[in-house]
Amino acid sequence: MAMLKGENNKPNILDWFASGIGQILISLFVPVLTFLVLWQGFIFLRDANAPKLVIVLVAVVWGVGGVALLYFVSNWLVEKTSRKWVHRLQPFVFVGPAIALLAWYLAIPTLRTLYLSVMDANSRNFVGLDNFIFAFTDRIMLEAFRNNLLWMIFGTGFSVGLGLLIAVLADRSRFEKIYKAIIFMPMAISFVGAGVIWKFIYTYKGEGIGVVEIGLLNAIVIALGGKPQPWLTMPPWNNFFLIVIMVWLQTGYAMVILSSAIKAIPAELLEAARVDGANEFEIFFKIMIPVIRGTLLSVITTIVIFSLKLFDIVRVMTGGNNGTNVIANEFYIERFTYGNAGRASAIAIVLLVAVIPVIIYNLRQFRERRAF
Amino acid sequence: MATKTASAKQQKSASSFWVNFVLILICLLWTIPTFGVLVTSFRDSRDIYGSGWWTIFPHKGWTKESEIIVDANIDVDKPFQIEGITSTFTQLRQGVQLPDGRRLTWVGNKRTRLVEIETYGWIGFDINLTLDNYRDVLSGGTVRYLDASGNEIQRQGNDMGTAFLNSIAVAVPSTIIPILIAAFAAYGFAWMNFPGRKLLFTIVVALLVVPLQIALVPILQDYTALKLNGTYLAMWLAHTGFGLPLAVYLLYNYIGELPRDILESAFIDGASHFTIFTQLILPLAVPALASFAIFQFLWVWNDYLVALIFLGDKNRVVTMALAAMVGEKGQDWHLLTSGAFISMILPLSVFFALQRFFVRGLTAGSVKG
Repeated sequence: MAMLKGENNKPNILDWFASGIGQILISLFVPVLTFLVLWQGFIFLRDANAPKLVIVLVAVVWGVGGVALLYFVSNWLVEKTSRKWVHRLQPFVFVGPAIALLAWYLAIPTLRTLYLSVMDANSRNFVGLDNFIFAFTDRIMLEAFRNNLLWMIFGTGFSVGLGLLIAVLADRSRFEKIYKAIIFMPMAISFVGAGVIWKFIYTYKGEGIGVVEIGLLNAIVIALGGKPQPWLTMPPWNNFFLIVIMVWLQTGYAMVILSSAIKAIPAELLEAARVDGANEFEIFFKIMIPVIRGTLLSVITTIVIFSLKLFDIVRVMTGGNNGTNVIANEFYIERFTYGNAGRASAIAIVLLVAVIPVIIYNLRQFRERRAF
Repeated sequence: MATKTASAKQQKSASSFWVNFVLILICLLWTIPTFGVLVTSFRDSRDIYGSGWWTIFPHKGWTKESEIIVDANIDVDKPFQIEGITSTFTQLRQGVQLPDGRRLTWVGNKRTRLVEIETYGWIGFDINLTLDNYRDVLSGGTVRYLDASGNEIQRQGNDMGTAFLNSIAVAVPSTIIPILIAAFAAYGFAWMNFPGRKLLFTIVVALLVVPLQIALVPILQDYTALKLNGTYLAMWLAHTGFGLPLAVYLLYNYIGELPRDILESAFIDGASHFTIFTQLILPLAVPALASFAIFQFLWVWNDYLVALIFLGDKNRVVTMALAAMVGEKGQDWHLLTSGAFISMILPLSVFFALQRFFVRGLTAGSVKG
């Protein structure tokens, strides 16, 4: 390009030539330099024996700075081309990285998992639907399905029910903010942390001379004249003791979303009903519930999906033993304990199929909401 | 809305007692588990195994008045006399009541020959505060502590200090990188024209609720081939990939609603898309960026599954260190409780400091895969 222009501007031909070469060199040099800097950072982080704090600082700066630098350099390169090409290429500088990552981490893996699910444990031979037959007939899988059903029904039911109750009650209290912050707090706690907190409640020392139960639940049982119990190894009730943890974690979520929906109900609607002599229960069931139905449905959906994929609580509390296994834990066990990629993939596909109705619903909502 | 709540509250003042009563009850139920762990984490290890954490409150119980060393000549395998009462070793271990209401209790095994005389009565705030549990759990070396009967126990420390730093190295970039990438993409989808725009965004929406498990097996194959397992980079990329659908969706909703004329006047002034994005849109989108940032930070910090699979024991993060402790030392409550608090302290502070943004993010996109 520089050469062609150079012929028309004879006096400046050398300048043009030089600057053209310079431009090309710089255009090559900058990306190469960027790559080298980032590569060096990677090597340092992989091999360095520096103090942990230094490594952490370098990692954070390298990671965040690296991504910013990549955007900056690729945009700089694109803006060096002609106006027409800038127009064509720039959108891909903006959208490209996101699309590439989504493709690598979610879209393509879905297809690859589908492929793996019809292959054997080492992904070498085609086995047809064997893995799916396992997924739907194996005794442990059936137990996992049953437990996930318990989680979905009772976990979701109690989380949403309690969340709704608290949202409605807190709306009438002066201390609304404090109550809501307290109920909401477990959302910031990891499932593993919550596991430790509740394991301490359920802890059981057994019988013996001078044994003092230090778990709150057993202490209460003893104070009421009962005998201490090993709560987490009592099928099928142990499932419910685990579900309590999920309710403790998720009620805050349901409460926050439902509370904002309740606050959005027009005041006139409630006033009119009161003037007509409706009592509080009638107002709740005949006005509030129908008005917030949409929000209620989306909260229920979110928590049902959550309980379908539930893993950490069971993994940490019981490891899936004593009749507490769930689908996501069986996925982990198949892949990482037995090394069976085929069966694990089939289980993952089952999870995906279970959320397909939600995906379709989301897409339909999205299409209705805006003309994209 | 203010008038509505005000009038509603006046009407309800009669039942307000019961409303508050029920709410306080629920709130107590909600806080007691965490409170118990917090208290326990500061108690002396010997006390933890000897009594429940609630005994720090005033209660009625036995307190030691004095000690008796049982004479070495006495055969403790047979009933013997002590303080004017004849009893066996087994009875003494369970406690023998004296006529005056006091109690004799044998401490430890037969060889200790130590009997305590205890009286029953009110015990005040009985807490023996210590930071030793935190020191022990943060350390990576050998830790020593005393159990209920005073025996010294040795354990390998869990190095929660290093795990905490690892969590920061994983969580901070895993929060900022997806925000940056998603903000660029959201701007692209909202304000630029390119072929396939509609289809690509539909895919983003479809991926919102796809379960993580679907990606774990293939991505692990890739990481093994690329030798990325156990690196921070592997975690950043994975969390970015899994967090992107929600991030793009949320930020698109926000950036797409910004008034058109701001951008148009900038274009007329000759600004490029890149300049407009960095100088104009990013600062305007700060509230949406903050909402997602908190959401993603809590998500990544508290994540266990992704770390378990891609990070392994190298560079392990707090959730993994804590889960490993539950497995290895399920009854070492002084370490478990302090470890749990170390894992919770940062997300809880972020949460309480920035709760408003977090709630806004939740209500804006209540769907997460």
